[in-house]
Amino acid sequence: MKLDRRTFLKITATASGAFLLGIDADLLAYGQRSNRSANTLSPRPFLRIAPDGAVTIMAKNPEAGQGSKTMLPMLIAEELDVDWKSVRVEQAEGDASLYGFQFLGGSMATPMNWDPMRRVGAAWRQMLVQAAATSWSVPESECSTRAGQVLHSASGRSAGYGELVAKAATLTPPALDSVKLKDPAQYTILGTSPEGVDTAAIVLGKPLFGIDVELPGMLHAVIQKCPVFGGKVKTANTDEIAKMPGVRKVIVIAGTLTDDPVLPLNPGLEPGVAILADTWWQAQSARANLQVDWDFGTGTFQDSTTFAQQAADALKQPYGQVLSQYGDVDAALHGAAKVLEATYSYPFLSHNTLEPQGATASFAAGKLELWSNSQDPASAKRLTAKITGLMPSDVKLHIMRSGGSFGRRFVCDADVEAAWLSRQVGKPVKVTWSREDDMTHDNYRPAGTIGLKAGLDPSGKLIAWREHYVTFGDGKRTITSGGVGTQDFPGGYVAAYQLGLSNSIPFRSRTGPLRAPGVNGQAFVLQSFLDELAVAAGRDPLDFQLELLSHTPAPGFEVHPDRPSSLNPERLRGVLERVAEKSNWRKRPQQPGRGFGIAAFFCHLSYFAEVAEVSVDAQNRITVHHIWAVGDVGSQLINPRAADNLTAGGILEGLTQMEQEITFTHGAPVQDNFDQQPLVRMGQVPIIEIEFRKSEFSPTGLGEPMLPPAIPAVTNAVFAATGKRIRTLPLKRSGFRFA
Amino acid sequence: MAITLSINKQAHTVDAAADTPLLWVLRDMLGLKGTKYGCGISYCGACTVHVNGRAVRSCKTTVGSVEKMEITTIEGLSDSETHPVQLAWQSVDVPQCGYCQSGQIMSAAALLSRNTNPTDAEIAAAMNGNLCRCGTYPRIREAIRRAAGQMAAKGGAQ
Repeated sequence: MKLDRRTFLKITATASGAFLLGIDADLLAYGQRSNRSANTLSPRPFLRIAPDGAVTIMAKNPEAGQGSKTMLPMLIAEELDVDWKSVRVEQAEGDASLYGFQFLGGSMATPMNWDPMRRVGAAWRQMLVQAAATSWSVPESECSTRAGQVLHSASGRSAGYGELVAKAATLTPPALDSVKLKDPAQYTILGTSPEGVDTAAIVLGKPLFGIDVELPGMLHAVIQKCPVFGGKVKTANTDEIAKMPGVRKVIVIAGTLTDDPVLPLNPGLEPGVAILADTWWQAQSARANLQVDWDFGTGTFQDSTTFAQQAADALKQPYGQVLSQYGDVDAALHGAAKVLEATYSYPFLSHNTLEPQGATASFAAGKLELWSNSQDPASAKRLTAKITGLMPSDVKLHIMRSGGSFGRRFVCDADVEAAWLSRQVGKPVKVTWSREDDMTHDNYRPAGTIGLKAGLDPSGKLIAWREHYVTFGDGKRTITSGGVGTQDFPGGYVAAYQLGLSNSIPFRSRTGPLRAPGVNGQAFVLQSFLDELAVAAGRDPLDFQLELLSHTPAPGFEVHPDRPSSLNPERLRGVLERVAEKSNWRKRPQQPGRGFGIAAFFCHLSYFAEVAEVSVDAQNRITVHHIWAVGDVGSQLINPRAADNLTAGGILEGLTQMEQEITFTHGAPVQDNFDQQPLVRMGQVPIIEIEFRKSEFSPTGLGEPMLPPAIPAVTNAVFAATGKRIRTLPLKRSGFRFA
Repeated sequence: MAITLSINKQAHTVDAAADTPLLWVLRDMLGLKGTKYGCGISYCGACTVHVNGRAVRSCKTTVGSVEKMEITTIEGLSDSETHPVQLAWQSVDVPQCGYCQSGQIMSAAALLSRNTNPTDAEIAAAMNGNLCRCGTYPRIREAIRRAAGQMAAKGGAQ
């Protein structure tokens, strides 16, 4: 599989697993314009070799903890054939003309770069070999490379890359798709686990993150926004605030928000009052005295109790539209020996990146310099250029390490604010959101409600599946990241199937992708209801899923070798069978108050199956004791230790999501800090055992696919322990919580 | 007002209101950016520093309350940048995003300074105030065990 730009767009347009939902049309359209096909990239900008042989490799993508700053240079270094210890990694600037599509999300770093980044390394290697062969007057085919040297064994000559680089620089780089790649058996870097390239600096507390940027003469800014998204300032005591200690400027922001009731991911500059001061604490302290009379705008209707009622009402109505169907579901349900019905729901969620939103900008002499930790630097450039009246080419964008992204930093709001404010005051400005700003002005994971009805035949076989997905929108368009995957299992593997959408509940706050967008909620629903059906059929939940996966997929759901976005049932069965072995599933003990649950999911091109062991006490407090996870991400783990770390983290994020919610009252989000938004803490962390099942397929990513099955593995285990089915998240709305 | 603080064994005089949180004096006035802002209400631990050897949350500690006390930040945890906890963090390769890790390290160092062989329950109790949004907790636990082993081998707490 080779994922060039065209393939990527095709996949995002058709993928199951809903990672398409993580990338807004705006971003994709821009990516399409600005990115060149990976194989037309020049290898030159990606590395430098010094005369002494020291190699500097550019990390092209933003780093937020997913490991690509180490992993992508490893791909180049492997094919360049150098010793990893001789490599220094430098963060690339945001510049699509040099680096192609620079982007963090959708677990796409590996599938998008596996091929082109190795080819960049191989192209450089080929130029260095050519340089040596020419100067020695020998055929290139007689030369080999090893650890930063070109060797000619017939004559015993050798030359370090540093000696050859000046000559190599005069050669025309080969086309990337023409270069020869190593046999994986020869790998010396891929599959090893080097330390993260920033780890040493992190443990010493060196300034690395967006929030650490410091410029001479810089002002610190906080922005007070309306509690209801999009509300505008009628009046504010700006003169009084301007006199407070350290305050240099107070600016009322009218904003540039769109009036469209269905908001795009980047809807414009939000209105508010900006306070600029010498230090952040001075700005924040002055804010405590700020009095604003707000025009709350059109969003005051937003209320979680009303939303729940509207969703319940929508489920009683016909679908707004049918998204996918085959077979005769009504007839199959009518003829079923047993019919099960259930309604599931999950809440709005905030991202809670531990580093809050922020950015630093310096506007001077018609140019903008931006220190950004956007997941999407190209959009940050475009949007900051637009707000300051520049061209994207007038913006120099430094990609900063970010303290978590998880989908939040697809919205470039802080970048736009910093750029606009710097232009207003003619000085460098650092915008740092408070935690309260961050939690109350997020692009929330949309809540969802799903009504399900399914039928079993007399033998317990699943023969009909009807799914009614209710979300927010204007009846025609769904809110950003509020969609549902149309190819998610068991779709395609049940004899008769129908998936309908209702998207008529109005909403007027920003929504967007959260790690494993869409499926972080929907996998909980699908895998829980399958567990319910297995219980009703008197079957082991593992066998019930394995048997479904042995069916021939319905038309439209077939496996295509060149379409990795289609579910490959053998791979899902493979991880299920292996996790069952690892967890001793078939011999699991039956004890009161203790239970095991199993779940599996395919999304973001990767496969995971997980088993959870929990106990539940008399107060409905859940202790998760153990989680076994088996993943299939293809033929090669690039950095196994980082893969294990990321997988454990994604599973723990699944547990965290089970306890969180954002609710709305009087149009505004209620929860505003960690005292109301629990995250999993050290004392709640189970034993996590992770294994990867190697397969023949091209490597895929680990940003997200481990997360969705973690949630239903736990809720199914709670059912096994208690006989109580969790159909509503967060846990507290089903009467449970974590111990 | 002028306030004199002893930070990483050096005296610093800053012009700040006595109720200014230590965190923001460290970050914005003294350029010590290793200590991080996460929540401002002492629920996340990203801002953890040592005051007289105890782990405290600098976002809720006013500078007026820590005059004449010994303050240690991540930058001053060891003179040679080789504190066993930092070395263990590196060899286990704990971080994902890394933003919480200086706070985690400061809490772990404070724990190990008074208990060189903590049980898992003691680790959980000492570290429960430090959130890791990326979920590196299994690595943090492993690194603490490793650092404890190193410190025990060297003969006790530093």
